[in-house]
Amino acid sequence: MRRVRLTYLDHMIRQPVIYQMGKDFDVVTNIRRADIQENIAWVILELEGDEIEIDNALEWASSLGVRVDPALGDLVEG
Amino acid sequence: MANTISLRCRECSRDYPIEPLNVCEFCFGPLEVVYDYDAINASTSRDKIASGPRSMWRYADFLPADYNPVTDINAGFTPLIRSRNLAEELGLKELYIKNDSVNPSYSFKDRVVSVASAKALEFGFDTIACASTGNLAGAVSAHAARSGMKAYVFIPSDLEAGKVLTAAIYGATIVSVDGSYDVVNRLCSELADKYRWAFVNINVRPFYADGSKTLGYEVAEQLGWQAPVHAVAPAASGAMFTKIWKGLNEFADAGLIDTPVNTHMHLAQAEGCSPIASAYLDDRFIIKPVKPDSVAKSLAIGNPADGYYALKTIEASGGSAVVVEENEVSEGVKLLARTEGIFTEGAGGVAISALKKLTQSGTIKPNDQTVVYITGNGLKTVELVQDVVHPLLIEPTVDAFEAAVDTKVS
Repeated sequence: MRRVRLTYLDHMIRQPVIYQMGKDFDVVTNIRRADIQENIAWVILELEGDEIEIDNALEWASSLGVRVDPALGDLVEG
Repeated sequence: MANTISLRCRECSRDYPIEPLNVCEFCFGPLEVVYDYDAINASTSRDKIASGPRSMWRYADFLPADYNPVTDINAGFTPLIRSRNLAEELGLKELYIKNDSVNPSYSFKDRVVSVASAKALEFGFDTIACASTGNLAGAVSAHAARSGMKAYVFIPSDLEAGKVLTAAIYGATIVSVDGSYDVVNRLCSELADKYRWAFVNINVRPFYADGSKTLGYEVAEQLGWQAPVHAVAPAASGAMFTKIWKGLNEFADAGLIDTPVNTHMHLAQAEGCSPIASAYLDDRFIIKPVKPDSVAKSLAIGNPADGYYALKTIEASGGSAVVVEENEVSEGVKLLARTEGIFTEGAGGVAISALKKLTQSGTIKPNDQTVVYITGNGLKTVELVQDVVHPLLIEPTVDAFEAAVDTKVS
């Protein structure tokens, strides 16, 4: 299981990215928290499935312009 | 015993026991330590604090771990210096510099790791770990050396080994991970799940973060038991910034300083990595993560875990956020060194340049009592200001010296 934070900007907010992710990749998606506003939104998403399939699903989301980050925030500190 | 009751989710308020946990299992919100303020307020006093150790542990009543001499390397209680020259240059009458660059491992990270390592021993961990490119690595490694714990420090492979020399010297195992920051982030998250280690900013993060509250307590005590009108601090994850504010408010609630706290909290970031300050300037509470590209390396967190809470702190305190240009980072470092004899790293340069902007814009007025937080030491990042070195090259004669410096002793 992996938890990520998706950040959507502008037009991407209106796209059913998570639905499509579940259809096109063999992953189970589960929204844990979200904040969706007019021009920006974030979603904490849990994904279950094969690691490679999760990688592919997230890479696909990135290619659409959705930003994918670790759900906990950056762990590498200065 | 520490005056703690539970951990609580900052979003849904669910309670959890005092254990090495950092995330709410229901809503995935971050957990925060809940204190028994009745017990704290009954046991603390100005006299008790003033007669305590000359370290951050004089505030042990307010901390989530018991004092443990085994881990203590004397972090905190760093100087609060009344500025003369910088204040004059900026047109301020009462400016103070909180010089946290003189902590044992030369940054404020000693405060958070001091608490994290004491708590780690309480929890029975024998290993402490972190992912860091600099200051945190040094603090973790130094505390591990003192306490006898094993230490692992994870770094991206593109980081020069010399950058973590100040951690390696204490004996930590430095693990260079083949991949980007993102890869290191992911690996550390997996390792934290797999190994029973105290990962300071993962499973013991609620305790770790509260070490920064002492930056609020100390300034209040050193100002003669009062909160400043303005506080200017750099931000990476945003945690330190929120905890300074929390510390000031806890002191007020305990009757140690006046209430309400009227400090305006000003957050400083550099242009190349300013996700929190940019959100403030765009008037939004959603952080847009960025890929860091800044010379202020210790602030290079593109996806700040506490960004939202830092924005709430700005709002609650009537503060602001400032973005300084990349060239202003080293200018700030040089300005502080030239005027006050304090050599800070890029984060300090960001704070000083932000302070300058805040005075120029009139946000901070000449008579406002102001504290600027200097959180790390310049000796760790000398490459940032390498251009200051212009030695006079002379023949070994008095004449040559006098000709070079254009002076004559009459």
